Amino acid sequence: MAVKEFEKPTLKDYTSIPSVEKDATSHLAPFKSKEEFQSSLGYPGELVDNWQEIALDKMGDLLKKYRSLRVYLDSCMQCGACTDKCHYYLGTKDPNNMPVGRQNLMRGVYRRYFTLPGKYLPKLVGAVDFTKEVLDEWYSYYHQCSQCRRCAVFCPIGIDTAEISMAAREIMDSVGVGQKYCNEIIGKVHKIGNNLGLPEPALANTLEGLEEDVKDEINIDVKFPLDVKDSDVLLITPSADFFAEPHVDGLIGYAKVFHQAGISWTLSSHASEAANFGMFIGSYDNMRKLALRIREAALELNVKRIIFGECGHAWRVAYSFLNTLAGPFDFLDSRYPVPQHICELTYDLMNRNVLKFDKSANDDMTLTYHDSCNVARASNMGDILGGQFSVPRDIIKATVNNFYDMEEESIKEKTYCCGGGGGLLTDDLIELRMKGALPRMEALKRVVDDHGVTHMAAICAICKSQFSKAFQYYGFELDQIISLHQLVGNALIMNKKEL
Amino acid sequence: MSFVTIFYVILFYLAAIILFVGLGYRIYEYAIIPAPLKIPTPPAPKTIQGVAARLIREVVFFESLFSATKWTWLFGWLFHFALLLAAFRHLRYFTDPVWGWVSWEIVQAAGHYGGYVMVFGLFGLLSRRIFVDRVRYISSPSDYLMLILIIGIAVSGLMMKWFQTDIVAVKQFFLGLMYFKWAELPTDLVLLVHLSLVALLMIIFPYSKLLHAPGLFFSPTRNQTDTSRDQRHISDWAKKIESQK
Ligand code: SF4
Ligand code: SF4
Repeated sequence: MAVKEFEKPTLKDYTSIPSVEKDATSHLAPFKSKEEFQSSLGYPGELVDNWQEIALDKMGDLLKKYRSLRVYLDSCMQCGACTDKCHYYLGTKDPNNMPVGRQNLMRGVYRRYFTLPGKYLPKLVGAVDFTKEVLDEWYSYYHQCSQCRRCAVFCPIGIDTAEISMAAREIMDSVGVGQKYCNEIIGKVHKIGNNLGLPEPALANTLEGLEEDVKDEINIDVKFPLDVKDSDVLLITPSADFFAEPHVDGLIGYAKVFHQAGISWTLSSHASEAANFGMFIGSYDNMRKLALRIREAALELNVKRIIFGECGHAWRVAYSFLNTLAGPFDFLDSRYPVPQHICELTYDLMNRNVLKFDKSANDDMTLTYHDSCNVARASNMGDILGGQFSVPRDIIKATVNNFYDMEEESIKEKTYCCGGGGGLLTDDLIELRMKGALPRMEALKRVVDDHGVTHMAAICAICKSQFSKAFQYYGFELDQIISLHQLVGNALIMNKKEL
Repeated sequence: MSFVTIFYVILFYLAAIILFVGLGYRIYEYAIIPAPLKIPTPPAPKTIQGVAARLIREVVFFESLFSATKWTWLFGWLFHFALLLAAFRHLRYFTDPVWGWVSWEIVQAAGHYGGYVMVFGLFGLLSRRIFVDRVRYISSPSDYLMLILIIGIAVSGLMMKWFQTDIVAVKQFFLGLMYFKWAELPTDLVLLVHLSLVALLMIIFPYSKLLHAPGLFFSPTRNQTDTSRDQRHISDWAKKIESQK
């Protein structure tokens, strides 16, 4: 199916709040998952006949398992404080993309079947029957949420729409309505170990190629080890780092850091993926199975530490959930937090003067930094309050001379999502992705105009891919998005010390 | 006892039971449902004390709302703060002898003027529902009715300034309810309207969005510590999955 032409939003000098345009993006919905992928995840292959009953049972079950879901469905006072906080609303004008609008799609059903007033006075409290039309609306709008949690920061009760989106996707999966992009990818990781479905020999090949490239460029034997037992560090990185631009320059940066610090490290072919799409579909089971691969790899390779590469939601799952899903990690070296982020490693080495930088190597660029939503709003770094904001920035400032932040309202805990997170980084949602990128693009344009910013650094595989597209779409250059560890790699002063 | 008194005695017992049992049951439900994953939003505190401080800032200042929208914050905060002042003033109907500070001139006056502030804040919130298209879109009939109900309570309360009622008798009525020594309730219309609306509010509390009051304290994004790497956080149902395989 060809993607229809859609009206291109114009970048304004300030981000304005649009008027409501009902059904503006009701036509958007991602491709549905086919039977084979559904069943490999343990879900029915297509919409089951008694779907309503099963969906409501599932909902009742989740309401007992997740306090967030129950409390958030009960507690919203429809105050409207979140209505202008979602990048998808700002970009699409569709009121169902206002966080509370999105929540109300489920809240209406919840009230109808699980609350007294909704049972007897549905009209009064906005309760609705769970019809096929409502299910279709769910499918559309719960796949127009990148689970970025910007709304949760502003809500007076802390209502997190991501929790509701995740639950909705889990309910839909349970009746056979799954999303192709996410579920195919999860299937690949279960089977092969990474999102790309890249088997061990191909991975080994790619890494060899990288070793040669780096050798050609700087004449130093920087290694990219795979499945090397008894290494100190197991590096878990998004598989995009092996191939995609600008991701791969980040991977080269990590390798240079390990090399220079003299830390032995390895990748794993069993757990060759940091991403965990199980979170996007709200499935504890799938998320746990994917996380367990990392535990298995760490045990198998007998490493002392686990370090994650640049990936936003992967870092959320790693930092916030890994210990829960696949812990305890008492077999690792207890002197280090489990897991660590590559930025924490670089930051620490840099502060101990193990790494030295020549900032002028990056003088051809003027940088800004995009806080990825999952790093900014669902993790920490360095065990410093706000470390997830300061650690990457401190690294950038140590490796480049020219750095300017975007405006306060669009960074740190208030950062705008790139528009492609939450399992939406698929071409069938390109209209949504480009419109959702609008607030970020506007903030970027302002630092480009005011400070001559030439590049934006990020530490998320999804952000990097999404921005490569969005930059072209909005008239920037594709290569203006770069990996943070590319800056590190460029500026790092290397000596010829061999491992 | 008059029919009116009997009616209101029953009404208030019923309302109180629904309010306290209903709310207590909700709180019990919230307390036993696990939060299987760590999901605090930044700035996430590392300690319980930090969480307490965060919740206090949310309850006292509406910190998050302030960062979200200044108008809603202004109207919402004024309304809630004035409601508290009015509640203090009303304590004199339920305490005998009246607690010292409740009878202070300033507390009584603040409670009275608080009534006007409440009405101001409520009309502010109502006007946002009517005039801001995004808020209008999400508002269901119950959202308007809730505001109108509370406006009704505040206005009927303020009107008693002009339609004087026998407040000593009102106090006897409520003390009587508390100590099961029922007394006659004066039958002034404004008073009866005021009391009916209050009883109605008590009855719908556990079934309505007023649950945002306990909800805040059970909101995992706000009440969790950021200690996922230091301590394993695991729910009972997740533990069961682990032991199965
Ligand atoms: S800010 Fe929170 S309480 Fe207010 S409408 Fe949005 S979700 Fe509901
Ligand atoms: S989580 Fe993000 S994408 Fe989803 S409703 Fe909230 S702000 Fe929008």
